Amino acid sequence: MTPDLMRQGAERKAAWEAAHPGGRFSAVARVGEPDFRHGVALYVEDISVSFDGFKALNKLSLAIDVGELRCIIGPNGAGKTTMMDVITGKTRPDAGRVSFGATIDLLQLTEPQIAQIGVGRKFQKPTVYEQLTVTENLELALKADRRVRAALFAKLTGAQRDRIAEVLALIHLKEEAGRTAGLLSHGQKQWLEIGMLLMQDPVLLLLDEPVAGMTDEETERTAELFLSLEGQHSLVVVEHDMHFVEQLTEGRKTVTVLHEGSVLAEGKLAEVQADEKVIEVYLGR
Amino acid sequence: MNTRLLTARGWTAVLAALLAVVVGLPLLNLAVPADSVFHVSDYAVSLTGKILCYAIAALAMDLIWGYTGILSLGHGLFFALGGYGMGMYLMRQIGTEGQYRSELPDFMVFLNWKELPWHWALSDSFVAQMVLVLAVPGLLAFVFGWFAFRSRIKGVYFSIITQALTFAAMLLFFRNETGFGGNNGFTDFKRLLGVPIATPEMRVTLAVLTGVVLIAFFVMARAIVTSRYGRVLQAIRDAESRVMFTGYDPVAYKLSIWTLSAVMCAVAGALYVPQVGIINPSEMTPAASIEIAIWAAVGGRATLIGPIVGAVFVNGAKSWFTQAFPEYWLYFLGALFIAVTLFLPNGIVGLLRKPGGIVGLLKRKGARE
Repeated sequence: MTPDLMRQGAERKAAWEAAHPGGRFSAVARVGEPDFRHGVALYVEDISVSFDGFKALNKLSLAIDVGELRCIIGPNGAGKTTMMDVITGKTRPDAGRVSFGATIDLLQLTEPQIAQIGVGRKFQKPTVYEQLTVTENLELALKADRRVRAALFAKLTGAQRDRIAEVLALIHLKEEAGRTAGLLSHGQKQWLEIGMLLMQDPVLLLLDEPVAGMTDEETERTAELFLSLEGQHSLVVVEHDMHFVEQLTEGRKTVTVLHEGSVLAEGKLAEVQADEKVIEVYLGR
Repeated sequence: MNTRLLTARGWTAVLAALLAVVVGLPLLNLAVPADSVFHVSDYAVSLTGKILCYAIAALAMDLIWGYTGILSLGHGLFFALGGYGMGMYLMRQIGTEGQYRSELPDFMVFLNWKELPWHWALSDSFVAQMVLVLAVPGLLAFVFGWFAFRSRIKGVYFSIITQALTFAAMLLFFRNETGFGGNNGFTDFKRLLGVPIATPEMRVTLAVLTGVVLIAFFVMARAIVTSRYGRVLQAIRDAESRVMFTGYDPVAYKLSIWTLSAVMCAVAGALYVPQVGIINPSEMTPAASIEIAIWAAVGGRATLIGPIVGAVFVNGAKSWFTQAFPEYWLYFLGALFIAVTLFLPNGIVGLLRKPGGIVGLLKRKGARE
């Protein structure tokens, strides 16, 4: 994805400059035009959030590369979910900076705007539209004009139908396409939500405990799915299941350990597991 | 995917309903002799017209409550405002035939007013007053909704605020100084567009018009809920945060359907007033708004047809009960509401659509063919 994005960016720049002689290209880099030329999808810098004096996040800093799969672990109350809330615009931090690519300040945007520029989020509890069918759930997540008038007259194109079919296959829900989402099993709902994220085609996916409540087989398949997405999207996976994290990191990827609202350790899984501070936090010595 | 406006059977039903109100009702009322068993009495015509107005309000309620999950307990206000808009025009149509033989409506003479207050400036023009019927409730709903939805007021809080809104408006309209006839409201209408209002022909015309409006609104609502926009509304009802994090701005969606729903209610109110011949602040009581929600719940939410069925059923039962056993009506209404809540969470239509129900059987038969 990275070379692709860069090529697309270069093409867009050339096209724009041809159409606007003498204009400055950076002027168009507004909402919807993030700049990933530095290879970084997300910067989180010195974020602090407190709720009634309790510091949920304490000068948290983090950078996620384009196409990277990053696992974030940490004990309960470490601030994992709050971090996702800040990135997606649900919670405004007291201090700090969050930027998407090099140019976009996420703290200036609303939740829908952040979603539109390419940040997808999966909740801890599977959240799907229970009364709609699986296909309809995916249709609503389809990358398209989100405004009222556009939605009133929207029709699915052939390419969009193909995309829905493709994602249905990817999340193993082809057989259930016409079923009401509320009738799916817990694991299937988790998958449907992941499928909805994929329909949005986000640059960055934030996944909050994606395999909670899944069977071993489903967990296995989910790991495969995420590994296949690596490179095309940046993935941030918050997880408790160490076996799952082990599978995802394949022994070489960076893992971030959060504790009391800041980064406690960062490195390969084996390294952080051997880290004295991490052991202390987890075992409470 | 359920994107078809209506099935072939659905269109047939719509056409049949249209035929029934446009041809059947006038024919049975005006052409069939009064001693025939097929004769529809004037009383039945005006009752039908009145109930069809309620059905429009219930349909409007379904769009906002059934499909979007926002329970309004203030829709009676929009209904009443539409009614008052029509009522102002009808008051001016009385001309000098009122009790006091004055140019001004009687209640103004009674209050010793010498000229029309400013908000009656357009009341001589039917067209202008009809624009107000749509614009005033529409604008009120838009402004109220804009603040409420932007502040993310949801669920029971929203319901309570709408309830308070209609209650406040009721108190305002009770005051004589407000210029809407105080607690008596408007009545004694004589003419509509210069035509005498209390004739069988006018009565049947208004009932037919109401039926046509209801059917048109039904088809429009059906178009809305089968569009992607309609599915976003249902998504907001089921998981609003998911909708937001998918990139939709729920405020725009809620505000548009809320305003549309209010305007539909206002149209129902405007059609209601010439048929019942009176409008007063009692239409703004909290109970009146709650009743609209009951019709929708009894008939079956998020079905469009259900609330229409519910409005017809409950009000039909009401008019029979209040004649046969006037003292027991409220007990019956309470029992009905409890029964629906306990045994029919999806209302009357839900009962029919159950796998073992009539519609379910038809569908399965259709699928096998």
